[in-house]
Amino acid sequence: MNMTAFTLFLAIVAMTLVITYFASKKTNSTSEFYTGGGGLTGWQNGLAIAGDYMSAASFLGIAGSIALAGFDGFFYSIGFLVAYLVVLYLIAEPLRNLGKYTMADMIAARFDEKKIRGVAALNTITISTFYMIAQLVGAGSLIKLLLGLDAYTSIVIVGVLMTVYVVFGGMTATSWVQITKAVLLMVGTFIISMIVFAKFDFSLYNMFMHMKTATPLGDAFLNPGNKYKVPLDTLSLNLALVLGTAGLPHILIRFFTVKDARTARSSVVYATWIIGIFYIMTIFLGFGAAAFVGADAIIAQDKGGNLAAPLLAQALGGDFLFAFISAVAFATILAVVTGLVLSAASAFAHDFYGHIVRKGQATEKEQLNAARWASVAVSALSIVLSLFALKMNVAFLVSLAFAVAASANLPVLLFTIFWRRFNTAGAITGMFTGLLSALLLVALSPSVWGPEGKAIFVGEALFPLTNPGIISIPLGFLGAIIGTLLTSRPDFKRYTEVTVKANTGL
Amino acid sequence: MESKPNYAQIYKSKSFRHLMHKKKRFLLPLTLFFLVFYFMLPVLTSYTDVLNKPALGPISWAWVFAFGQFVMTWTLCVMYSRKSRDWDRDIKRIREQAGREEA
Repeated sequence: MNMTAFTLFLAIVAMTLVITYFASKKTNSTSEFYTGGGGLTGWQNGLAIAGDYMSAASFLGIAGSIALAGFDGFFYSIGFLVAYLVVLYLIAEPLRNLGKYTMADMIAARFDEKKIRGVAALNTITISTFYMIAQLVGAGSLIKLLLGLDAYTSIVIVGVLMTVYVVFGGMTATSWVQITKAVLLMVGTFIISMIVFAKFDFSLYNMFMHMKTATPLGDAFLNPGNKYKVPLDTLSLNLALVLGTAGLPHILIRFFTVKDARTARSSVVYATWIIGIFYIMTIFLGFGAAAFVGADAIIAQDKGGNLAAPLLAQALGGDFLFAFISAVAFATILAVVTGLVLSAASAFAHDFYGHIVRKGQATEKEQLNAARWASVAVSALSIVLSLFALKMNVAFLVSLAFAVAASANLPVLLFTIFWRRFNTAGAITGMFTGLLSALLLVALSPSVWGPEGKAIFVGEALFPLTNPGIISIPLGFLGAIIGTLLTSRPDFKRYTEVTVKANTGL
Repeated sequence: MESKPNYAQIYKSKSFRHLMHKKKRFLLPLTLFFLVFYFMLPVLTSYTDVLNKPALGPISWAWVFAFGQFVMTWTLCVMYSRKSRDWDRDIKRIREQAGREEA
């Protein structure tokens, strides 16, 4: 075991527990639990959004993809960033004006049927759980490699920590863990990028010139087409990336932590700057790893390339930088899973328990207890599922989460704000079609069916694309449209009310 | 004071109509623009080789286009921020008017 790494891991755990201790003193009401009291400033929330968003998949996965596949790995960086324009232009301000604690609140502002809340909460829990399993399994294998702890122990440690943050510190602790992590991640990435850039005399020309011959791919490294050879699959992936973010529940709940729509807007703007700068730096991480670690050495440690960034840190800065970057990766996973637990628990406690089971009659104390117990239950469930999923290839879970978010949530969110004729039946059919088609297509895809060792089951995939977005996203929109047109009773009065609220915050 | 604002009346008011018109005129074309600009990159790289040609020495057009996506995102972010300050003034006026009518 690397003692420096171990000490830094402990320091991060200690720091986050101190944050949680102070946050727990403030967390006495549901509003504080779900939104931290709504008192974050624009830049704080912007950093927290960035922290929530730059997951291990971004930091470790993209660096590895660029190192191994060159340009194609960079598609993720672009899609993840441009997605914020969809959030800023179409979703952020209306969401903050209409909602209170969860995504379902916003849809329920227009349609108050309990069924809607139920389906929306189901979507949130599905997306968050898939996303969380992927992160936890990633955490398991990462900590195993970095600290030598076995993967089961690692998952349980991360799982217990995330539960403690949420149960005791609610949104306040979650936000500050994310802010801390965002700062650490930006600093770590910046240091590595600058060392890499210095090796090429701070010249992009030199760097690109060197990359033409530095990898086994040769010239092709710098061109698209190494990883994505099926055009429809590339488009499908890009569609899910750019539209998925605006439907991710753990990102959407971050807009309830600020006081008004204006601050929600400024937090997206701050987040976009931070995330954009980070994703530009993924080029240095990827190129650096390809040049100074080498594809063979990266694959030898992890087939997916997930350790490219830590290995690069070791090659450039020795054991201390390696330990620091590993600790940053650990903080990244902690922060992201914490946000996911909170979003799933909010949907369960606020929407299912508060509005459906107790019909809005529960006392403040009962609701707060329900939220805490829901967090424990969600965490326990994800830990158990992750232990079972440990031996599976779970990379598809993240793309599934994005596809479900884009297919099931986004159409209904957009129509709720912008379509006058939209009604309850449309909202329900839209959410169901999006959810079911995305799940079904992934179940039939090459991520699940493939030759031995490549997927979960051995066999021929019935659906040829690894990402279902190009079919399931249009189906989500179509479901919402058809459901609406086949039924009557649009409530225009309610629409005028929602439009005024969404645009003015009245 | 606690009574609900008269949403139907605000919805029909000239100032609210004006705000909605301004927002639509900004959001609709720019949303279409960024979606088209974004999808041009995967479409061009999947179906053609035009972006593989060198732009600046070893840097091909694909990378220039990719960086362009970052510049586009930041530019549109700043444009939205600027534009929405103007909307904020309208919103303030609408809220004040609503408050007066209520009282």
